[in-house]
Amino acid sequence: MQSRAIWPLLALVLILIVAGLISPGFYEIRIVEGRLFGNLIDILYRAVPTALVALGMAVVIGTKGIDLSVGSIIAIVGAVIVWRIKMGDPHVAILFIALGAGILCGMWNGFLVAALGIQPIIATLILMVSGRGVGLLINQLYGGTDPSFESAFLQGLSTGSIWYIPTRLVLAAGIFAALWLLIRRTALGLFIEAVGGNAAASNLAGVNARLIVFFAYVLCGLLAAWAGIIMTADTHTSDPVSVGLYIELDAILAVVIGGGSLAGGRIYLGMTVIGALVIQSLTTATLISGLPPEYNLIIKALVVLTVLFLQSANARRAIHRLVYRRAS
Amino acid sequence: MTLKFALAGVALGAIALAGPSAFAQTIGFSQVGSEGDWRPAFSANMQESAKDYGVDLKFANAQGKQEEQLRAVRAFIAQGVDAIIIAPVVVTGWDQVLREARDAEIPVFLVDRDVDVEDKSLYVTRISADFNLEGKLAGAWLAAESKGDCKIVELQGTTGSAPAIERKKGFEAVIGQFPAMEIVATQSGDFTTEGGKKVMEAFIKSTDNLDGICASFAHNDNMQLGAIQAMKEAGLNPGKDVQMVSVDYVPAIKDALDDGEANASVELRSAVGEFIYPVVLDYIKNPAELDKWIVIPSDLHTAD
Amino acid sequence: MRGITKAFPGVRALDDVDFTLHAGEVHALLGENGAGKSTLIKILTGALERDSGEIRLDGTSVDFQSTGEAQSHGVSTVYQEVNLIPAMSVTKNLALGPSEGWPGVISWRKARARARAKLARLNLDIDIEQPVGSYSVAVQQLVAIAHALDNETSVLVLDEPTASLDAQETATLFDIVRDLKQRGMAVVFITHFLDQVYEISDRISVLRNGGLVGSAMASDVSRKDLISMMIGRELGEVEAAYSGKASPQTGKEKLVAKGVGRRRTLKPFDLTLRAGEVVGLAGLLGSGRTELTKLVFGAIRADSGSLKVNGKEAGSHSPRRSLAAGIAFCPEDRKAEGLVGELSIRENIMLSIQSKQGWLRRLPRGQQEQIAAEMIKALAIATPDAEKPVRQLSGGNQQKVVLARALASRPDILLLDEPTRGIDVGAHAEIITLIRKLCSEGLALLVASSELDEVVAASDRVAVLRDREKIGEIVGGEIRRDNIIRVIAGDDDRQH
Repeated sequence: MQSRAIWPLLALVLILIVAGLISPGFYEIRIVEGRLFGNLIDILYRAVPTALVALGMAVVIGTKGIDLSVGSIIAIVGAVIVWRIKMGDPHVAILFIALGAGILCGMWNGFLVAALGIQPIIATLILMVSGRGVGLLINQLYGGTDPSFESAFLQGLSTGSIWYIPTRLVLAAGIFAALWLLIRRTALGLFIEAVGGNAAASNLAGVNARLIVFFAYVLCGLLAAWAGIIMTADTHTSDPVSVGLYIELDAILAVVIGGGSLAGGRIYLGMTVIGALVIQSLTTATLISGLPPEYNLIIKALVVLTVLFLQSANARRAIHRLVYRRAS
Repeated sequence: MTLKFALAGVALGAIALAGPSAFAQTIGFSQVGSEGDWRPAFSANMQESAKDYGVDLKFANAQGKQEEQLRAVRAFIAQGVDAIIIAPVVVTGWDQVLREARDAEIPVFLVDRDVDVEDKSLYVTRISADFNLEGKLAGAWLAAESKGDCKIVELQGTTGSAPAIERKKGFEAVIGQFPAMEIVATQSGDFTTEGGKKVMEAFIKSTDNLDGICASFAHNDNMQLGAIQAMKEAGLNPGKDVQMVSVDYVPAIKDALDDGEANASVELRSAVGEFIYPVVLDYIKNPAELDKWIVIPSDLHTAD
Repeated sequence: MRGITKAFPGVRALDDVDFTLHAGEVHALLGENGAGKSTLIKILTGALERDSGEIRLDGTSVDFQSTGEAQSHGVSTVYQEVNLIPAMSVTKNLALGPSEGWPGVISWRKARARARAKLARLNLDIDIEQPVGSYSVAVQQLVAIAHALDNETSVLVLDEPTASLDAQETATLFDIVRDLKQRGMAVVFITHFLDQVYEISDRISVLRNGGLVGSAMASDVSRKDLISMMIGRELGEVEAAYSGKASPQTGKEKLVAKGVGRRRTLKPFDLTLRAGEVVGLAGLLGSGRTELTKLVFGAIRADSGSLKVNGKEAGSHSPRRSLAAGIAFCPEDRKAEGLVGELSIRENIMLSIQSKQGWLRRLPRGQQEQIAAEMIKALAIATPDAEKPVRQLSGGNQQKVVLARALASRPDILLLDEPTRGIDVGAHAEIITLIRKLCSEGLALLVASSELDEVVAASDRVAVLRDREKIGEIVGGEIRRDNIIRVIAGDDDRQH
């Protein structure tokens, strides 16, 4: 674990150092409009939705599954929020309705995977493909012509601040802590890892593998809903077609950068957050670098490739051998 | 229906001549999808105004997929429609299906985006706004407003997309005439509010609170709306400290214009049926060589 | 092989081992679990790098970087756990690996012809278009051997090839091995069955704790000597373990099965397990031993009959409910059904007891460690600590972890399916002793085994199966090899 944790952390530090070289004021943190303000804060701030989605993804990947529908869940949650606001529901209730929508989506995925035994990549593809359409249909419920809204409560959760600290960071820390307690302070983490490692053996050892898998998708849906709430409240508009597009790929990437394996069987919650930070710091650094946007994706691909290369046991062994042979 | 048809016919003499012989013309329209605010409005207008022109419109939403679009066009051909209107998803891969349409003697019109075919005679004409012109209009307005002296941050559309490329080219062509006008930072905000907000947040930091920046040019309103949010959250005054100019003229930017948070938006008309249908119907009645591009004019709207 | 040394973190797996293999001989490699057999083989076949020492093949020094390279030099291996792809046809499995012709281009006509030729060499007549997984483990084993053999093979390593074969199949395999020997091939044979060692081997080498204890012609070394070389203690102890059987008891009825069965799996049977009693399950491979234990545990759902556990009717049966009712189960196939390889020894041991507790009431880490430590000590699991991933353990120690998990859940009834599969003599005796000890503490045990001696040694009562049907029970003093064999099939002549 320790040795594995080094590479993503090293990557994060390196990206931040390079960003500092490109942009002299990169590390500056000030207080603007009653909250902390600066590139480093931005990275944390902007990484929150990806990190939340990635945490859910880490749990699902732990069961040897995958959830491609998280972006669509975000779209649905966004559409539900605007719809209920236009219907005049109290905004606190809307928060719970939105979370409920995410849970419902997760239950759908969990049902397909755990009860019907459909392969996760196919099962979640269904919602991935149809979810944005569902979002558009929900927009139709109130006419859908003006999907923007104002909500002091919801926007406060996303863009507000508590004691100079952006509220969403506090919120994300709370969610992380709750998730960590759920996974590591109950036996759920052990069960998920056991089921992901060997479902047949877990079943014979008395673990209810189906229920565990089902629950993992529900959890993933719930976390995607939180991300959806934060993203929707951020722009206070619902855009089912493009909100959270490709976030599932960033989330999977964050899990993998954090040392998770798609073969399942292990959950690294903390490292997954680091993975999300690596991705976001890369994005932020590219944005301020002044490079033409055509390079964004190439730079991302190169850095990710490097991190994964360094994590690969085979590559490390090869490097070690090379150095060792040189030396001797 | 008949009454409406007659009224429309009087308004547009060309159609009136079609007179009683012309039952409703059947036209197939293959739309890209329903992304953003502009395109659904465009689709709605096409369907609405079809009635005014006595057109029986067969509408097919391609959900952003070319295969879907090819299938729709082939279905139109099989149904033997009088004309086909395509808003292409992508520029390439059209030769075969357009040839099939020509063999069936069905004229094809392009709207919105262009296609890349070797034989330009495969389609009658393209009827669309000129993205390049939109960029030029925005640039011209800014040049006048700033008296030719302005440092600009630019929010680009999706990298490699036609509107992003052309709006940038048009804008640069104009400000290139003014030595003191310069784009100091440019990034892609993917045409989304969220993307515009993220990019503007980064610009605010990399330019020390937009110090010395006189304008923000966004390739669409959604990104500009995101940028306005980012600036407000950073304690800046969009529309006052920085001139905000963008393209599309969606409802939300009208509010921003009214509030003084945006300064100008070039309208990309969504009510384009009145430009498209006359051309198509006229051609069905009287097939004559047309220019390969018929430009739908763009208007610039400002706060006042 | 000269002076081979290999160290793993915390363990010196091989220490200066010499190993010589002659053409046209079968060389048995013996040793307890963790003695270093697998490591030595892996180094020979290029799967592991050696730290020092030298390997010479036909006089030239070689240094294989991969199993593929070893194979191209004529060194092939068939591992203990069958390494075939179950869902793929026999032809496709046999077509994997180095191929002739253009790389990446397969001619299926040629592949089929080659597959047939390879199988013909082993006198194996099966439908090569069927998926490998549809055949019995025994046939799979033979396919794996066919896969390993090609025209250039000069050294063939068989790692526990007979572990899942019945007598008939073992005899077939040995015929094949003798045939290969005749053709000048050198065969390394790793096994725990001493009968088989004497039956087939020309030479025997024994490893213990990473060192070579001795190497001799099979005709020059007695069984007793061999066993003491392997386990380093007097045979008397082992025999004592085997002969520690108590007289049949009539304890409290813990589990009563009446007419439990499932169509196409096992004919309905009656079975009673009593406290303090070991019931053995005897029968040939495929007779339904595993199915019976799984039906009792609820891993296979019965479609008839009723089951009473501790006097209470067990309604809808599942592994979870069985565990809750006090039944624990150690499956036969530890890799597929027993262990979660990536998880640590501790986590594997905790799994059953934790699922009994429910997910909310997690056992504190300290308590987990304590239980794991107790189990490691009680079952003498050879590991530096409880946090080692279980996949890194040797086969015998993995089996002990499966057993430890079952025991940690503190069951009244313990079902063991092949508890000593792939386990060496020493551990074998330990496990038999443990079974007797658990029994004397009031546990009801059901032990399914393909090893008749084991069934005889361990059981107070033996249920005999044939062709997916329970055909009889043998009690007390009547439990003898010959009696059981007579029940299975009057004239069936079992070899060990």
